[in-house]
Amino acid sequence: MNSICYDHFNQKTKSMSLKRSILDLRKRKDEVRLGGGEEAIEKQAAMGKLTARERILAIVDEGSFHEYDMFVEHAGTDFDMGNKVLAGDGVVIGTGTIYGSPVCLFAQDFTVAGGSLGLSHARKITKIMDHALKMRVPLIGINDSGGARIQEGVNSLAGYGEIFFRNTLSSGVIPQISVILGPCAGGAVYSPALTDFVFVVENISKMFITGPAVIKSVLGEDISMEALGGARVHAEITGNAHFFALSEKECFEQIKTLISYIPWNNTQRAKSFPPKEPKTKLKIENIVPADARLPYDIRDIIKSITDSSEFFEIMELFAANIVIGFGRMNGETVGFVANQPMVLAGVLDCDSSDKAARFIRYCNAFNIPIITLEDMPGYLPGVDQEHAGVIRHGAKILYSYSEATVPKITVIIRKAYGGGYIAMNSRHLRADFVFAWPSAEIAVMGPEGAANIVFRKEIAEAANPEAMRQQKIQEYKDKFANPYVAASKGYIDEVIEPKETRKILLHALQISTHKDVPAPAKKHGLPPF
Amino acid sequence: MADQENKQYIIVHSAKYETTYTKKYLNRKVWEEPNFNLIKSYIPGTIVDILVKEGQVLKAGDSIIVLEAMKMLNDVQMPFKGKVVKIHIEKGQKIPKNFVMMEIEPVK
Repeated sequence: MNSICYDHFNQKTKSMSLKRSILDLRKRKDEVRLGGGEEAIEKQAAMGKLTARERILAIVDEGSFHEYDMFVEHAGTDFDMGNKVLAGDGVVIGTGTIYGSPVCLFAQDFTVAGGSLGLSHARKITKIMDHALKMRVPLIGINDSGGARIQEGVNSLAGYGEIFFRNTLSSGVIPQISVILGPCAGGAVYSPALTDFVFVVENISKMFITGPAVIKSVLGEDISMEALGGARVHAEITGNAHFFALSEKECFEQIKTLISYIPWNNTQRAKSFPPKEPKTKLKIENIVPADARLPYDIRDIIKSITDSSEFFEIMELFAANIVIGFGRMNGETVGFVANQPMVLAGVLDCDSSDKAARFIRYCNAFNIPIITLEDMPGYLPGVDQEHAGVIRHGAKILYSYSEATVPKITVIIRKAYGGGYIAMNSRHLRADFVFAWPSAEIAVMGPEGAANIVFRKEIAEAANPEAMRQQKIQEYKDKFANPYVAASKGYIDEVIEPKETRKILLHALQISTHKDVPAPAKKHGLPPF
Repeated sequence: MADQENKQYIIVHSAKYETTYTKKYLNRKVWEEPNFNLIKSYIPGTIVDILVKEGQVLKAGDSIIVLEAMKMLNDVQMPFKGKVVKIHIEKGQKIPKNFVMMEIEPVK
C-alpha cells in the first residue's frame, strides 16, 4: 500500500523541479498580494486611500517587512460563502522595523470583502498580537473595515472579543498603536479605544458605534459620516484620537516619530539620542507677560527647554487648555504636562483632567519621566462642568500623579491656586522636585477672590468699597501671591531664575535616573473611571 | 489668538483672564431649571399608543404613553397625581430625545 503512494509521490516531485515550485509559490503570493483585485484597488485609490500592504510598507524601514499567514482561508460556510475565495481573509499581518526598532503590524484590507472581520481574519490579528506581547515589542494596527462579516455570524463577534481581550492584556506592557484609515464602526471601535494612541486622517477615518443610516431611520437626524465620526470630530470633540493628519503620508510620519520617543516595552527605556541644546532664539524670560491675567503660549516655554527645541504634541486639538507631549532632555525622552493660558486661561476641567491623567499613566507605565509646567488659575466654574462630573474627572489627575513612580518634576511658572495647585504634581503628591519662578503665585486662591472673602467686612464698611477692594487685593498680592510662602514651608525646593530652568531640570533628571520607590502590594488600584 | 476688539475672557475666583475659547466651551449647554409639568421623551423613538385624553385626571403611576425605542415598548407613566393639559404627539410619530410629548398639571 505504501509503495504505491510512494511511487506516485516520487513521480510527481521528479516532474516538478524546485524551480517550478518556486515559480508556483511566486504566483500564489502575487495572487494574494492583489487582494480584492485590480478593480477594488482602483476603487480604494479613488477614495484617496492606499492599500493595506502599501500602508505597511510606508511605515516600516525599507526591506524590513515580512508577511505571515498569506494563505489563510476564510472560515465561512453559510450563505454560499464556501465557494468564495478571500485573499488572506482581508487582513495583512507581519513584522518589521521602524528606525531599526522591531514592531508587529496588522492592516485590514478593504479591497477584500470590505475588510470585514470573520473568524480567520480575527485569528490572524490575534496571532500577531500574541506575538507582539510574547516578543515584548510594539503593536501597530491599521483599521479599514466595514465591520463584522455578517455571513459568519457570532463567530465574527467572537473574533472581536478575542482582540479586545488581548488589547487589555497587553495594555501597559507593550505600546499599542491604532491607525484608523477607513471605516471603523460598531463594536470594532473598541479595539482602538483600548489601545494607547489612535491616529486619524481627515476625510478618511470614520469611527462611530451607530452609523448615519441607522441614526436617520430611528431618530430622523440627518448627519454625514464625517460630521458624526470623522477625523476632526475625534481629534477635537470626543478625544478618541490622539493624532490628526491631513494625509496618510503625514500620519505615517507621525507614527514613526512617536515610535522614536517610546520604549519597546514596559521594562525598557526609550532610545537615547545625542543631546542637543535648544535653539537660542527663544528667550525664555521674554515669553511670559508680567501680568498674570495675560495669556501666552506655554509650548514656547517647553520649546525653550527641550533638546533642539523639539516638542511632539499629543491630542493637540482636544482640551487645548492643557498641553501634553514628548520632548527630549539631554537625549532622553520626557513627558510634558503643561497648563495652557492661551486657551480657557489654562483651567482644569473634565476634558483636560481626563487628557492629562491618561498621559501621566502612560508615562508611568513606560518609564518616561514627567515634567509638569504649571500656570493654572483653578477649575472651570459652571453648571455644565459640575454636572458633567468635574469632581470624578478632576480626581483622575490626582490619582495618576500620586500613583506615578517615575521621576516627577514640577516648575511653577505663574499661577498655582487652590485644588489645582495640589493636583498639578505638588510636593504633597510626592513630586521629586518642585521649582518655582519668582513670578509664581502659590495660594489658596487668586488675590481677587481671596480679598473679597478675607476683607469682606472692611470692603463693605469702607466709604469707597471699590477703592478699598483694590487696596486689599494689592495687600493680599504682596503678602501671598508669591513663591516665598510655599518655599518657607519647604513645599517648593528652590525658587529659580527662568533662564536656569533647563539646567536645573537636567540636573534633577540626572539625580532621578535610578529612582526607586516601594508601593504597597495590591492587585490594582481603583482610579475614578 | 483673539484680536484686540474681539478679546475673550474667563473669570475664575473673581479674576478676569484674557484667553481664547474652545469650540466645546462655546457650545456648552446652558442649564435650565427643569419643568416637571412637561412630559419629555427620555429616549428617541416612535409613539405606539396614547392612552389618555386632554382634560383627564390621573393618579401617579398611571400609564399614559407607549413609546417604542431600542426594540422595547416603554411604558411612560404619570409622575404625580394630575391632569392632562395638552397632548403634543400623535400615534406613529417619530420623536427625538427631550421632545415635549405632553403637558400636565398637578391636582390636589
